Amino acid sequence: MNFLERVYRKAALCRAFEEEVYRRVEAKQITCPVYLSAGQEYIPATIATWCEDKKLWPKIFIQHRGHSTYLCFGGDMVALWRELLGDKRGCAGGMGGSASIQHKGEPDIFGHDGLMGSQIPIAVGYCHATRHPTIVFAGDAAIEEDYALAALGWAATQKLPILFVVEDNGLSILTEKKVRRSWSIVKVTEGFGLLAFATEDSPATLRNKLGYPWPLLLNVTTTRLFWHAGAGRDVPLGKDRHTRVRAELCQWEVLPTASVIESDQKATDQVKASWALALEAAK
Amino acid sequence: MNLRETIRQLTNAHLDAGHIVCGQNLSAVGWVGGTLPERTDMVELPNADVAGSAFAVGMALAGKRPVFIVRYQGFNWLTAWAVVNYAAKSDALWGRPCPMLVRSIAMEGRIGPVAGSSHHSLFYRMPGVRVYAPMTPGEWAGMYREFMMPGASEVFYASEHRGAWGNDTELLNIQHDKNAQISIYAISITRFAAMEAQTRLSREGIRADLLHISQLKPLLVPPPFSAKVLVLDDDYEGGAMSHIALELHRVFGTETHVLGLPNRTAGFADWADVLPPTAEQIVKKVKEILK
Repeated sequence: MNFLERVYRKAALCRAFEEEVYRRVEAKQITCPVYLSAGQEYIPATIATWCEDKKLWPKIFIQHRGHSTYLCFGGDMVALWRELLGDKRGCAGGMGGSASIQHKGEPDIFGHDGLMGSQIPIAVGYCHATRHPTIVFAGDAAIEEDYALAALGWAATQKLPILFVVEDNGLSILTEKKVRRSWSIVKVTEGFGLLAFATEDSPATLRNKLGYPWPLLLNVTTTRLFWHAGAGRDVPLGKDRHTRVRAELCQWEVLPTASVIESDQKATDQVKASWALALEAAK
Repeated sequence: MNLRETIRQLTNAHLDAGHIVCGQNLSAVGWVGGTLPERTDMVELPNADVAGSAFAVGMALAGKRPVFIVRYQGFNWLTAWAVVNYAAKSDALWGRPCPMLVRSIAMEGRIGPVAGSSHHSLFYRMPGVRVYAPMTPGEWAGMYREFMMPGASEVFYASEHRGAWGNDTELLNIQHDKNAQISIYAISITRFAAMEAQTRLSREGIRADLLHISQLKPLLVPPPFSAKVLVLDDDYEGGAMSHIALELHRVFGTETHVLGLPNRTAGFADWADVLPPTAEQIVKKVKEILK
């Protein structure tokens, strides 16, 4: 299976999962606050696929809206469902909800404490101590945190093997980026002497940027489909990234339509099966 | 061996074992007053206080048991966030222990509104944090041993005081029998003034017990023999000392009082300083209580 097919398969799984979460929230079967990553799935899907090809098993630091990152890197879907249900068998023992998920072992994904962007300096400290390749995901608002900026500076000074991924949808809840700041994170990062690129979330484009030496920052333009929290739509369906990427991949004949349909079906089946498994009582 | 030398020796061993010691300007301020070995393998953090504590937390998450040095306790208003929100909660939330030792250092005397006094109350209220105020070589070594115990998963907060680094004597409790009129529980640097106050009171025929608190949380103290208690501290009265006083009242039914820093902002001039209670002030307070 080629690179784009594998990216698509991961993205389709994330999308099927998030849409199912959305339905379960509307049905009040999931009652904790949820932060859905639909619309942003091509970022972790591309990075995770690239890591697989490179046989790179990075330490991963995320914050809320991290379901897709968790799933793309191979996190256990049943454990994620259980976490959203507050089950002690969940990936964070029922303590993390949607916002503070984690995965131990392989993949090694560290949970988030709820302070926006805190994962950035913590990941830098971790990377400094271990020199293990590390990827930290943040939003365009989290990267504005003062400690996030200082962390970029220290990662540059220490030449750490770390990748900063900014998922930039231009919104902090609903406050636009242009209202919050006049500067570009790419330019600020370059000022620290750290390599940085602004890019789109198209898989082929993003993949080409990942091979640059780390420390590296990628500011990836993306679109959030659902509300900041809970169930509700941010963008009209016509502007949904997943719909558009899928259409483009089929139109350019990068992926056979049959393969896309098969991936979608497999994803839906896997999500439904995992939901059923998650509801099974502990033996 | 005094407290300063004890800390230096244990820090040296900590580094030899492959663990991390980190902080800002470690060598620039006399290797933090002589408590650090003159080695270059400690991690000099950038002067980004807010991010710096999170770097240390990341190191703790990696299992490196960092000793994170905060040169003045007032700086904890910038550094505490990552320690109490991540390191202290990591084991409970994710089953990932994140043990670290925060060496936080106090001093007094014409040093202004931030750098002066102790601020251990900041950490005291949070779960997942053990709070110590070691003033003797034995107390510091004991705390360090606990921090390094296999399975220790909590944050250890050491509220140090520069005034105690030269101390080479273990401080013993002084307890009378049930005829004691008052029990003085002293924390941090106030313990030295309390010893002097206890001697003065004794000369005047007042039977005052003196009980040293080195471990504030979980609280480790002997019970009072008297019905009246005075708690002393180098922090503001609304903080940990009031909670400790309340606990003593709740458990032992004692009448409790506190004497800590006066409730005002410190300035740099002598007249504007905010200082811990002196022996004279402690004696006066005891007499007021016993009236």
